[in-house]
Amino acid sequence: MATKTLEIKASSASNSPSPGIRSTAVVAKLIDTSTCIGCKACEVACQEWNDLTPETTVQLGTYQTLPEMTPNFWNLIRFNEQEVEGGSLHWLMRKDQCMHCADPGCLAACPAPGAIVQYDNGIVDFQQENCIGCGYCIAGCPFNIPKLSKTTKKVYKCTLCVDRVSVGLEPACIKACPTSCLQFGTKDQMLQKANARVNQLKGAGFKDAVVYDPQGVGGTSVVSVLAFGTIPQAYGLPVDPNIPWTVQLWKSPLKWIGSLAMIGGVIGTFIHYLRFGPKIVKENSAEEAAKGGA
Amino acid sequence: MEEEKRVLRYTLAERVTHWIAGFSYMYLLVNGLALWTPAMWWMAAVLGGGPLARATHPWVGLVFVATVFYMFKIWRQDMKVTDVDRRWAKTIGAYVRNEGETLEPTEARRSFDQWAPVDRFNLGQKYFFWAMFWSGIVLLLTGMVLWWSEYIPWSLRFLRYISVILHPIAFLVTFGAFVIHVYMGTAVVRGGFSSVIRGEVTETWARHHHRLWLDRVLKSAPARK
Repeated sequence: MATKTLEIKASSASNSPSPGIRSTAVVAKLIDTSTCIGCKACEVACQEWNDLTPETTVQLGTYQTLPEMTPNFWNLIRFNEQEVEGGSLHWLMRKDQCMHCADPGCLAACPAPGAIVQYDNGIVDFQQENCIGCGYCIAGCPFNIPKLSKTTKKVYKCTLCVDRVSVGLEPACIKACPTSCLQFGTKDQMLQKANARVNQLKGAGFKDAVVYDPQGVGGTSVVSVLAFGTIPQAYGLPVDPNIPWTVQLWKSPLKWIGSLAMIGGVIGTFIHYLRFGPKIVKENSAEEAAKGGA
Repeated sequence: MEEEKRVLRYTLAERVTHWIAGFSYMYLLVNGLALWTPAMWWMAAVLGGGPLARATHPWVGLVFVATVFYMFKIWRQDMKVTDVDRRWAKTIGAYVRNEGETLEPTEARRSFDQWAPVDRFNLGQKYFFWAMFWSGIVLLLTGMVLWWSEYIPWSLRFLRYISVILHPIAFLVTFGAFVIHVYMGTAVVRGGFSSVIRGEVTETWARHHHRLWLDRVLKSAPARK
């Protein structure tokens, strides 16, 4: 979703510096999983605002709509029944969506210029008109978010309602949330609220409560409050997400070493030619050669 | 002057295969370099734009790998590394420095060729083939993962992680091999390029570059002499 009201901080496969010159506050969405009731109003609001085709739901034995997000479905409430220390059973639910990483693996992996951009307010957005459908972003993402459409051969995911945010509105899912478990504002504000809530939870006996803002990807513009912070995987979140090391190796040292090796190889053969020249077989010496060669 | 006697070095089928491999590799190279670095992105435009380049790359890749496998079928015996090659390898310095490029033995050079005689392919050509063969297999397997990236389930994501790093590494191996191959075949070994176009070389050329092969050919087809 392109927008002219936001400046671009980072753009995939771009050599030029990012044009953003104004300073803008980083925005964030707060997901307080401890007050989520699993109503899925955010799922509906997302589908509605973004005009996405309804997906046929899948019976998974829980209230969960689909096993995973799809190109048409960017906001999924994940349900999980989890036995925690002490033997009590907890019904965990979390709004799954693009985390809008400060250091996005999708953007690092993308080879198509301008197909993935990060705005200066922290929103990471796919620009489908520049997408070539290679799927490298799928490899780069540690959260299993980008979904490639079989019909358009482009990837899709949550835009953090960049079209709403850029004109001063909050994302559609926030608007629809009945318990205020979803909130939106600057990242500083959201972290403050999240920390306050974590302290409240700790006071209520949830000693492992944490704010999930993984530093392996530079922090995210979707921060979550987890009552059971030692087991983020129970919420469907990776414990310590990073850009996969093979993607990092490929995009940084291998690319430079490889480029130098390729240029060096071409220059090397040229210098060899300057020094040693061609191997020319003198045809008129055939008779002598026949004698000498047998 | 008498017309040079000529021998058939590459059959029509071999030449056609070689050029399907050559052109498909060059297409894949241009296509892949566009994705390798944004500095080369303009190459995607030459091929009709990024989405088209992405869509065609795997199919052309299949064509390339198919030709490599066909070459494996027909050249397997010729490409085996033998004692002859190990002897040649010891004289590779002389070959690289173009010593013994003349057919006239001199006192200073002592031997007719300073590098040891070879069969149909020299060790460099054999290594080139095997570099392309093994890289081709790696490129095929990792390429299939990247082709259908969205079908690889999250639990098998390590396949994607392996593929994004092995595909470019295998490419770099083929690039090095390709540059040397093209350089040797066109600039250095005069007569090599025309041999893979029209298929024939002169006996003098063959005696100089592939003496053991020529001996075999002449022995099995004495009528040619």
